[in-house]
Amino acid sequence: MPFDSLRSLTARLPLVNRLPVGPYYGILAEFATPTDLFHACERVRDAGFTKWDAHTPFPVHGLEKAMGLPRSLLPWIVLGMALIGAAAGFGLQVWVHMVAYPLVISGKPFFSWPAFIPITFEVSVLFAAFGAVFGMLALNRLPMHYHPLFRSRLFEQVTDNAFFISIESWDPQFDPTATGKLLQSLGARSVELVES
Amino acid sequence: MAARYEHAALGPEQTRIPPGHAWNRLPALGAGCAALGVVGCAILGPGNPKQFFFSWLVSFLFFLSLALGALFFVLIQYAAQGGWGIVVRRIGETTFATIPALAVLFLPLLLGLHDLYSWSVPGAAEHDALLQWKAPYLNVPFFLIRAAIFFVVWGGMGLWYYRGSSGQDVTGDPAVSARLRRFAGPCIIVLAVTQSFGAIDWIMSLTPHWYSTMFGVYFFAGSFVGFIALLSIVSAAMLRAGLLDTVITAEHLHDIGKLLFAFTAFWAYIAFSQFFLIWYANLPEETIWYRARLEGSWEAVSILLMAGHFGVPFFYLMGRDVKRRATTLAIGGVWLLAMHFVDLYWQVMPTLHAEGVRPSVLDVAAFLAVGGCFVGAAGWLMRRQALVPLRDPRLAESLAFENA
Repeated sequence: MPFDSLRSLTARLPLVNRLPVGPYYGILAEFATPTDLFHACERVRDAGFTKWDAHTPFPVHGLEKAMGLPRSLLPWIVLGMALIGAAAGFGLQVWVHMVAYPLVISGKPFFSWPAFIPITFEVSVLFAAFGAVFGMLALNRLPMHYHPLFRSRLFEQVTDNAFFISIESWDPQFDPTATGKLLQSLGARSVELVES
Repeated sequence: MAARYEHAALGPEQTRIPPGHAWNRLPALGAGCAALGVVGCAILGPGNPKQFFFSWLVSFLFFLSLALGALFFVLIQYAAQGGWGIVVRRIGETTFATIPALAVLFLPLLLGLHDLYSWSVPGAAEHDALLQWKAPYLNVPFFLIRAAIFFVVWGGMGLWYYRGSSGQDVTGDPAVSARLRRFAGPCIIVLAVTQSFGAIDWIMSLTPHWYSTMFGVYFFAGSFVGFIALLSIVSAAMLRAGLLDTVITAEHLHDIGKLLFAFTAFWAYIAFSQFFLIWYANLPEETIWYRARLEGSWEAVSILLMAGHFGVPFFYLMGRDVKRRATTLAIGGVWLLAMHFVDLYWQVMPTLHAEGVRPSVLDVAAFLAVGGCFVGAAGWLMRRQALVPLRDPRLAESLAFENA
């Protein structure tokens, strides 16, 4: 069906929101303290789940290691953008001083590379900053206007004082009942099956 | 979860050099190198006194800059109330505690003032309006008084901080930390001023017609890079020698690497700023210094400094993993320490050898003489104290330090 084939296409794109194909989005488990969440994350990681996330009101130190998250791509994006920026800044000045407006300024040659350095540096920093900000937003798939978890009553406390693990239904190991029981056994205060 | 704040009990095998350990022989090694260097200088010096004094000046400035960089490092750790650096603070303290030895090593230069500084030759200002104008500052008595003040101040501050820290090993008195922190700010200001004028007196006045208002900062930037490079090397060497095995972790190395990376960029920024303003204005009274350093083979050294003191280390130290491993970090440290020496050589030597780089055996002999005394003194001090501030109130925090 045309709609389904489009969905399978977008399922391969990393930056496009993937919505679940079944009736459920996944399972949401609430924990009382960051420590409980931390240990639960380690157990979920060790159990082999891959499509899941943790949600906290504030950063929890070391959580990315507890979740087994791979190293971020962002530093490489920033470096790449910095190099592009340096080339762009330098190239702009070369074009301006040698092609567009070849003027003798202060007795200096047209290609006076020491004078090009400050702007090259600044443009490089600018591009690197753009890379960091927009790259970070893109890798987090932000702005995200809708997420199935927003419909959960339980989840409303996530920006306040509750800590969550959500395991998505398209994880190969997901099972509506077994996964819920597992999270319960890891010390979850409440477990909810979230509809998509 | 993250940091453990329980009190850490460090055993003596972790905190002192064990008897029979190779590092106990550092004082002897230093003395041996120094003897070799002194003999070399004694044989070759009289035949070529100017070369001797210039070579001695470069080596003296190199090791002094490391000691002053160490002093600055320890002072800012206190002033900023930093916790991570406590395990490596003793290395810095040992480095600046060698300043009294360096004060003695300054004395040979006094025999060569006329060879080094053209303004000190009697009658130099007679037909030179600029030197006459600068004479209230550039005269031998005031120069000597200033040098004495510098060493008294540096040695005094160093001694006070060294005694305070090692005394706390015994008493465990937290008031010591508070006192040392309170005076760290004023000490930094005093150090900055005296270090700037030291650089002006001993390096900038080699070209008495020239001046640069940034010169003090330039010397500071180089000296701090030099010390952090030394810190990375000593930390890595200690780990390799089995000292401070679980005490210095990848987290501390990471922070040392970050400082090394940051101040390499800072050095480049200052060095370029100094050059750029002079290049852009193109005024003859300012450009003479750089013209001299673009003459003959000095131009190659200038390019080497740009690429080797900034370009290569910047990209080498950028990655996270390089900074967290002792060997890779120490390679960066060795490279930058060598570059710092090249930087000082490039600042001083063109006054003697205007045509180009003329390496001399006296360069090596002076380096061995001054360096041997420096290493010997530091090695001797290391044997007498614990390798970490044993009873600093925040030692446990430093041991448990984790980067985010």
